[in-house]
Amino acid sequence: MPQKHLLTRRLLGTTAVATAMTGVAARAQIPQPKDVQTAIAPAPSFPGNLDMNLDVNGRQHRLSLDPRTTLLDALRDHLGLTGTKKGCDHGQCGACTVLINGVRMNSCLSLAASREGDKIVTIEGLADGEKLHPMQTSFVHADAFQCGFCTPGQICSAVGMANELKRGVPSAVTIDVAAAPTASVDEVRERMSGNICRCSAYPNIVAAILAATEGVTK
Amino acid sequence: MATVIGMPIDRIDGPAKVTGKAIYAADVGADKPVFGAIATATIAYGSIKSIDASEARRQPGVLLVWTHENAPAQAPWVPKAEDPFARPKPQLDSKKIQYYGQPVALVVATTFEAAREAAALIDVTYEKGEGVFDLENAGKDTKTPKQDNVGKPAASKVGDVDMAMRTGFVSVDETYKTPYQNHNQMEPHASTAIWDGDKLTVHCAVQLVESAHACIATTLKLPPEKVEIVAEFIGGGFGGKLPVYGDAILAGLAARELKRPVRVVLTRQQMAHVTTHRGASVQRVRLAAQRDGTLTAIAHESLAQTARADDFVEPIVASTRSLYAAPNRFTQQRTAVLDLPIPGSMRAPGEAIGLLALEQAIDELAVKLDMDPIALRLKNEPKDDPEKHIPFSTRNLVACLQQGADRFGWNKRNPKPGANRQGQWLVGMGVAAAIRGNFLRKAEAKVTMTSAKTATVEMDMTDIGTGSYTIFAQIAAETLDIPVEAVTVKLGHSSYPDTPGSGGSFGASSCGAALLDACQKLKARLDKGEGPQGLTAMGKAAPGDDYKKYAQFAYGAHFAEVGVDADTGEVRLRRMLGVFDAGRILNAKTARSQLIGGMIWGVSSALYEEQPLDLRFGSFMSVDLANYHVPVHADIPSVEAATLKEFDRHANALGSKGVGELGICGAGAAVANAVYNACGARVREYPITVDKILPALS
Repeated sequence: MPQKHLLTRRLLGTTAVATAMTGVAARAQIPQPKDVQTAIAPAPSFPGNLDMNLDVNGRQHRLSLDPRTTLLDALRDHLGLTGTKKGCDHGQCGACTVLINGVRMNSCLSLAASREGDKIVTIEGLADGEKLHPMQTSFVHADAFQCGFCTPGQICSAVGMANELKRGVPSAVTIDVAAAPTASVDEVRERMSGNICRCSAYPNIVAAILAATEGVTK
Repeated sequence: MATVIGMPIDRIDGPAKVTGKAIYAADVGADKPVFGAIATATIAYGSIKSIDASEARRQPGVLLVWTHENAPAQAPWVPKAEDPFARPKPQLDSKKIQYYGQPVALVVATTFEAAREAAALIDVTYEKGEGVFDLENAGKDTKTPKQDNVGKPAASKVGDVDMAMRTGFVSVDETYKTPYQNHNQMEPHASTAIWDGDKLTVHCAVQLVESAHACIATTLKLPPEKVEIVAEFIGGGFGGKLPVYGDAILAGLAARELKRPVRVVLTRQQMAHVTTHRGASVQRVRLAAQRDGTLTAIAHESLAQTARADDFVEPIVASTRSLYAAPNRFTQQRTAVLDLPIPGSMRAPGEAIGLLALEQAIDELAVKLDMDPIALRLKNEPKDDPEKHIPFSTRNLVACLQQGADRFGWNKRNPKPGANRQGQWLVGMGVAAAIRGNFLRKAEAKVTMTSAKTATVEMDMTDIGTGSYTIFAQIAAETLDIPVEAVTVKLGHSSYPDTPGSGGSFGASSCGAALLDACQKLKARLDKGEGPQGLTAMGKAAPGDDYKKYAQFAYGAHFAEVGVDADTGEVRLRRMLGVFDAGRILNAKTARSQLIGGMIWGVSSALYEEQPLDLRFGSFMSVDLANYHVPVHADIPSVEAATLKEFDRHANALGSKGVGELGICGAGAAVANAVYNACGARVREYPITVDKILPALS
């Protein structure tokens, strides 16, 4: 028989609730019906759960989670931030890329509990209210996606990559590692190769990133 | 009326996709979802002797454990049906194991972590049988089917190919092999099931909402009106989400049992076996020609995998019947019935791998004739369909080849292999033709004026990344003479009007034509002074006689330039161009994206993709994205796609043809032919990896 779950559930913290849409409106306003909501899991407490504080998109969240919970699953299943996608759960596809203190990271490879004290930014935290981040705008104009599933990861990765260029971090294709790298086609292709797009929007993604990172160098 | 159809407008679902607000099946949380995890078989053939799930049941947070011993009764599977995707798909219904990775248990727990751990603790012992796994040594399990999966004859014969092969000035008789492949969409198959009273809603990652609706309702023995399927956003389909799988059925059943929403998502590793794949193939191509390049014979025979658990005959040689003229012709498709996971459609089933063989064979013939491969193709351009003897609805392959050659700089190509060395790189160019059958299916659409200036479109069609949302907004805007911004498009709910869904590149044309009909009817009534607010019209589309009277295909020409490292044999794509004839283009921006995506799939099938089979166990070996190689950013340089201006009035009222699969057709052969031109290596076993090139370099 199924194990009876003895401990009480606690709904912890304040969570940002993104609202789902049905139907795609060409106009800016997206219909927001009540019947579909993004994931807010019950956050069940087991013996051995860890209490933790996560700083996500500028908001503090207090959670009590199974210590095995990855940052990706914490975001998706416990904070309702489903914009970050699970493509492989093994750090092989990049769909779950988020920014940790401005540095891109596969959130499926990081345990949530290890991210206490870090500033976590997800795809939901990039736009300034209704105003899209320049990388997001650029992706739309360049048609830098098709199915859209890898897109949050591609965009977070691209924003993190632009930060790397600003900091002067060289890559495997940087010819002069002492010089400031620039956002060239070769640099972008090399640095974005951790983000797979099975629809293969690669040429458009590179175009979008180049347009958005114009002039971004050290 | 302003022209909107065809304009390269941004996707209207773009803002949702770049902000994380687009909701996919695994994103639907509803209220307190619990998590299902599937355990899968570790043998390929045999039966379950016993299952010990006691340890799994003891795990904290586990709510339910099902095996074949206690899973709810479901409708039995049936081998044949008009819509194969609507058939019942019972899960955990027997102790019989038909393929490695078959689901054998479901665990539902309050957290994902608990469900996954419990699923791993289920201990299954098997009675192992002797399965048949080897495509080329299947013995009596090698079959000669009468029809392919789309109902066309599996074989055709005109004249005498053997005689023509003996008497031709030159001939080619070669065998090509293509490997098992997996769709590996970025979104793993996922379902979130919610019961509300006696009604079940399943949010699932599926291309065909109508078929999924029928399959789930039938399997769970529910009245159709008590089931709603929702698929508003799908993270890639490519044919692998034509059916639904155990995640959808088991989520629905468990949600009913537990009286709460249940989410079941396949792991990346499970996708390789639980879902369909592209079967491996062995293809023999024979060509004979006169001294001037006139083909006297074309023969294309294929042997491909099908499964004991379900039959699928990929139409590998079908389009060979229509591509080039020749008086003597033979095509035949055979299958080997193997105890492997079930193969199915994967982006351009048939042409995608058929052209890898045929279009390389044409290149080999050009070499033997010392003739330009474009000139050889032009020489054999048929006046009408070479086997059906009916006219083509439109056919602009010649223009694709000629315009592409001009744009690509084909005249700079040195036909001698290995003649163009640039430093470390041997550089070569290749060309190949694209052909893809054009289809239309029955579809309905509804359009409603929601105010004097705004309209809403409803269809159960899906947008799997193709751009459906956007092109439907364009069709409605132009026809109703309102701005695109005034159109709301609602897709992916089974309660909306019936459509064939996304598959076979028929979605845009079938649904678009139905929507055009609806909007024209609505506009006529608006013009008479009816409405406007609340005025509704239904539209329809269906294939008419023109699909019997005319041979309907989309065409293209691929040009690839590759570099082959003179020492290591590493192949790098340097640039690629495709020129396509796909009827009227409904959105130049999204169509280009789809064509480029298809071309890159072609590059992938030529150079990277392979799902190796372990013949000892009947299991696939590259079951994750580290080992199953698909291109990444660094592999893909400039890839460009252009389309001809065209309107195929026989195809449908919009004049459009599908573009989703056209781009892959022939693309890999162009790369293979470029590799030959670069370094002289003629690799007939895909993918073209360094081990197969090195012998030609030494």
